[in-house]
Amino acid sequence: MSTIEAAAENAHDAHGHDHDHPSFLAHHFDTPEQQFDSGKLGIWLFLVTEILFFSGMFCAYAIFRMLRPDVFEGCSQFLNTKLGAINTGVLLFSSLTMAWAVRCSQVKQDRGLVAMLAATLSCAMIFLGVKAIEYSHKWEMGLLPAGLYFYDPANPHPESHTNYLFYICLPFMILLGGVVAWLVVSLATRNKFHVQCAMPLTVAAACFFVGIGLGMVLESGGSEHAADEYQAHATTELEQTAAIQLVSSGESEVLESLATESNTGIQSELSARQRQLENAGTAIVQEGDEIAGAIVSVEENVMTQRKAGVFFSIYYCMTGVHAIHILVGIGFLVWLLVRAVRQDFNPQYFGPVDYVGLYWHLVDLIWIYLFPLLYLIR
Amino acid sequence: MSAHGDSKDGYDFAHPLPVPMLLSVFFALVLLTIITVAQASFDIGSLDIVVVMVIATIKAALVMAFFMHMAYDKPFNVIVFLSSFAFVALFLIFTMSDSKQTSPDFEPVIEEVAAMEVASTPVAAGEPEVSESTAE
Repeated sequence: MSTIEAAAENAHDAHGHDHDHPSFLAHHFDTPEQQFDSGKLGIWLFLVTEILFFSGMFCAYAIFRMLRPDVFEGCSQFLNTKLGAINTGVLLFSSLTMAWAVRCSQVKQDRGLVAMLAATLSCAMIFLGVKAIEYSHKWEMGLLPAGLYFYDPANPHPESHTNYLFYICLPFMILLGGVVAWLVVSLATRNKFHVQCAMPLTVAAACFFVGIGLGMVLESGGSEHAADEYQAHATTELEQTAAIQLVSSGESEVLESLATESNTGIQSELSARQRQLENAGTAIVQEGDEIAGAIVSVEENVMTQRKAGVFFSIYYCMTGVHAIHILVGIGFLVWLLVRAVRQDFNPQYFGPVDYVGLYWHLVDLIWIYLFPLLYLIR
Repeated sequence: MSAHGDSKDGYDFAHPLPVPMLLSVFFALVLLTIITVAQASFDIGSLDIVVVMVIATIKAALVMAFFMHMAYDKPFNVIVFLSSFAFVALFLIFTMSDSKQTSPDFEPVIEEVAAMEVASTPVAAGEPEVSESTAE
């Protein structure tokens, strides 16, 4: 019984091996519990570094929002709350299935574990699919980070030469193709283990396109309305009706004549007006090529583009880094899935599932804060 | 602790959470999400951010306590993890207290002054049509 083979045999009936290590117990640990606790402390420490890492971005968010709440309020109108809410639900559900997967591994429900991991993976893919719709739509509208930002309210949907959505989907198409090919080959060769791995992975890869479809359905009429709403909002609340009408109807001559007219104003009045415009911060919607003739507008445009660009820089940075974490989590989940099919886990060795679960819940935790902070600003 | 009869020290440490508990936590989270989205359509002024953050924190607490198993974890692990929030708070407080030093235009102050000089007259001219009809 002290041979390696015997230990490996013992791994499955996790009882009665005080004589030797079970195969899953690294030899520098005395007991499985010690092994589990060491790993658990390690993953908690890693999560601490993750929290601190994300806190940098939350800090940037807090500073810029404190300085210019109006810019955040205005730009947030371009984020589709429906998509954000759906993604929140999807992530919460994936957290449930992940917690359930941990439970399955603890009570040795191998089939349940595979199913729960596959569900978690599928939710992760749906999340990314919806995100792809959000991103590609914003890129086409020019709602990009500072420096690249070129959104023009007069022409919110310029003729785009690049199909961003296609380029985002491309790697996932290749992935889906690869997994399907793997499934077909393993079906043909009757390799049971490979079939069991490839089937849930195929479902998960296909779920990316479910997410794309979901996003498309919800997005249609979403963001355009947001832009319209925002213009209306700006008009009523910030009393800039005249300006917006002038700009959006492209009557640059009227604009210029107005400008020269008011040129006679007192200096203090002018500066007050300027400050008011800055406070209004609504120039995001006013910028347009129509008034390119006036130096004024160019200067203001540059500034406001940067202001709005800063919001979108923060938006892309936070959600992008979060999406990268989802991708990394997907990698770990695939690894767990294969091991679960191999029936590696048992009540004394479920550490890997638990650790990946903790990581996954942290990613969910961050989204819980990101969603209201980015999507729900009024 | 667990359903297993084997109580040998160091071998019986799994603590599976009951499925009804997981499900009720999930539905509580969904309910809170719906509340957050719903409250966004009511105007409650500056309380907005407070309400949103309180709801998010309740959700985070639920996820941490049950999904992340923290309510049953070793106290040391809990202390380690929660201590990170203390440092985040320090980080935010010190940075925020200093952030009034930054230009609200998100831009370097020098550049802003230069822009004002170049465009001082036209800039002034640009706004009036915006809103100052009362001052005319």
